[in-house]
Amino acid sequence: MKKKFKTMILLLSAALAMVLSGCGGSSDKLVLNVYNWGEYISDGSDDSLDTIRAFEDWYEEEYGTKVTVNYSTYPSNEDMYSKLASGAASYDVIIPSDYMIARMAKEGMLQPLNFDNIPNYQYINQSFHGLYYDPEDTYSVPYTYGIVGVIYDANKVDEADTGSWDLMWNEKYAGDILQYNNSRDAFGTAMYKLGIDVNTTDKAQWDRAAEELINQRGLVKSYVMDEIFNMMESGEAAIGSYYAGDYFVMKEAQAEQVDLRFYYPENTNFFVDAMCIPTCAQNKELAEIFINFMLSEQAAVANAEFISYASPNRLVYENRAYIEDMGQDAMEVLYPELGDFAEKYNKLAYRNMDGEMLDYLNSLWETIKLN
Amino acid sequence: MRKIISNILTAMVYIFLFAPIAVLVFFSFNDSKSLSVFSDPSFRWYRELLRDRNTLEAVRNSLILAASATGVATVMGTGAAWGIDRLRSRWYRSVINTVTDIPMTNPDIITGISLMLMFVFAGRLFGMRNTLNFGTMLIAHVTFCLPYVILQVLPKLQQMDRALPEAAMDLGCTPFRAFLKVELPEMLPGIITGSIMAFTMSLDDFVISYFTSGTGFETLPIRIYSMTKKTVTPKMYALATIIFFVTLSLLLVINHIENSQDKENQKKEKQAIN
Repeated sequence: MKKKFKTMILLLSAALAMVLSGCGGSSDKLVLNVYNWGEYISDGSDDSLDTIRAFEDWYEEEYGTKVTVNYSTYPSNEDMYSKLASGAASYDVIIPSDYMIARMAKEGMLQPLNFDNIPNYQYINQSFHGLYYDPEDTYSVPYTYGIVGVIYDANKVDEADTGSWDLMWNEKYAGDILQYNNSRDAFGTAMYKLGIDVNTTDKAQWDRAAEELINQRGLVKSYVMDEIFNMMESGEAAIGSYYAGDYFVMKEAQAEQVDLRFYYPENTNFFVDAMCIPTCAQNKELAEIFINFMLSEQAAVANAEFISYASPNRLVYENRAYIEDMGQDAMEVLYPELGDFAEKYNKLAYRNMDGEMLDYLNSLWETIKLN
Repeated sequence: MRKIISNILTAMVYIFLFAPIAVLVFFSFNDSKSLSVFSDPSFRWYRELLRDRNTLEAVRNSLILAASATGVATVMGTGAAWGIDRLRSRWYRSVINTVTDIPMTNPDIITGISLMLMFVFAGRLFGMRNTLNFGTMLIAHVTFCLPYVILQVLPKLQQMDRALPEAAMDLGCTPFRAFLKVELPEMLPGIITGSIMAFTMSLDDFVISYFTSGTGFETLPIRIYSMTKKTVTPKMYALATIIFFVTLSLLLVINHIENSQDKENQKKEKQAIN
């Protein structure tokens, strides 16, 4: 019995020691806190490069000091935002999406970057300069981007019917169509189809889009988010809309009787996720060195292959091994002609909506789902 | 007739309980990424899991946190139960009992947010920038584990004959020795079940951890949750399968030990009577 009591006391003191060391210390060691989406960096699986560890090794070799990267992950822009806004934790590098960057910059939560420390920025495609969320290129370095397209099963869908958003409203395929279970994305498909500005504040236009979605209701098999993967792979559904990068995941796992294909309609949504440094960062220069490292050829290629979204980095999409690994078909889907990207993006991509419009949108969405 | 219906009902309960786990185990051996199309059997995701440094670290973090929280909560909870049992005023005792139950009855999200606010407030007071860390998570976990330990230990003390420790002291034990020799063994079954409950609660917890976690200490539930931007990788099915079978075999071992102990106790009692 005595022994048990002793071990308990030992446990208690060990726990206390851990608490104390957690609060103090850590000032003399270099620490970089990185906050990123889950599954959004190459982690060493499938014989890929473990990018974080590669950075730690490279830094020690280059500067002679040890650096520890504290890497944590979040599932959505909003989760990341609320964690930062609470002021409870300070991160050095974050990777938000476009509209969130615009919002955070406006609220003074981001620091202007010192591009002298990020020479690799030169490899970023010119099309990614001057995008609406960061018009002067002060706060962000693009990490990945993606374009929404339509995925269909060529064994069920007639090639002639493809090419535009109309496919998702085609009565021939009633009961085979998947629509987003998310108001913004669902309205997006209807608005692009009708040629309405997705960021309009004109309620009449939103009503028109809602009507279009109500018309589509009878044709829709179900309203889905990630379930689309299973339903398209197994052939349960034949038409759906998602990001190009995710299409490859489905294509790779498709069942034998399924032949998935992909195309971009004329008007569609784009997203860009970019690396930023929040105001609460404790080591800005180290963060910039990290961002620069992420743009270097080896790291950027490994990340692009792991994430399977398109990279805005020239070192990636011109890398021969990368092109070979992805295959010609995938390259064509992932990297469509970017000529007027900035212009198209600024015109077509979703932006942050104000509270009133969001409420209106959500009330419309409720009526559509209830009808 | 009645028997058939009851058999069907039992079968349904087991199907509902275990079908999801069976599906998960099955697809953890799938060679492709899909959750609907089974291509080839393989150990691919187990291999990749072993190579995934961040996930393994999250597992380790979860275990460290659960073990430390259990240790602290067990010691504190046992002490608290011992103290509550000794309170003279019945009114005071019921007040204390209700107060200690609050973390258990409170919705997790409220416990989580209020703890976070408190930590941030305290952190600001002391001028700290990175308030949330392992320490805050540990405090949070101890907070919600504590009532489970108290709830398990208190009844054991109440069942105990109060004259026992007094008798021990009459026979020359110091109070501390009486506690070790008499009271602690009486409490032990409660302490063990309480600490096992605390451990599982801590390992399971997502909501409270989510609000009180900071940079660099990521537990497994948080890591899995953050994978939802892209799909959850089959690596997680492999991990869940391993965790499921490890806990299952642990439970079997514990059951076995308890059974054999019971038998021994019964034997001893018989011998004593004889």
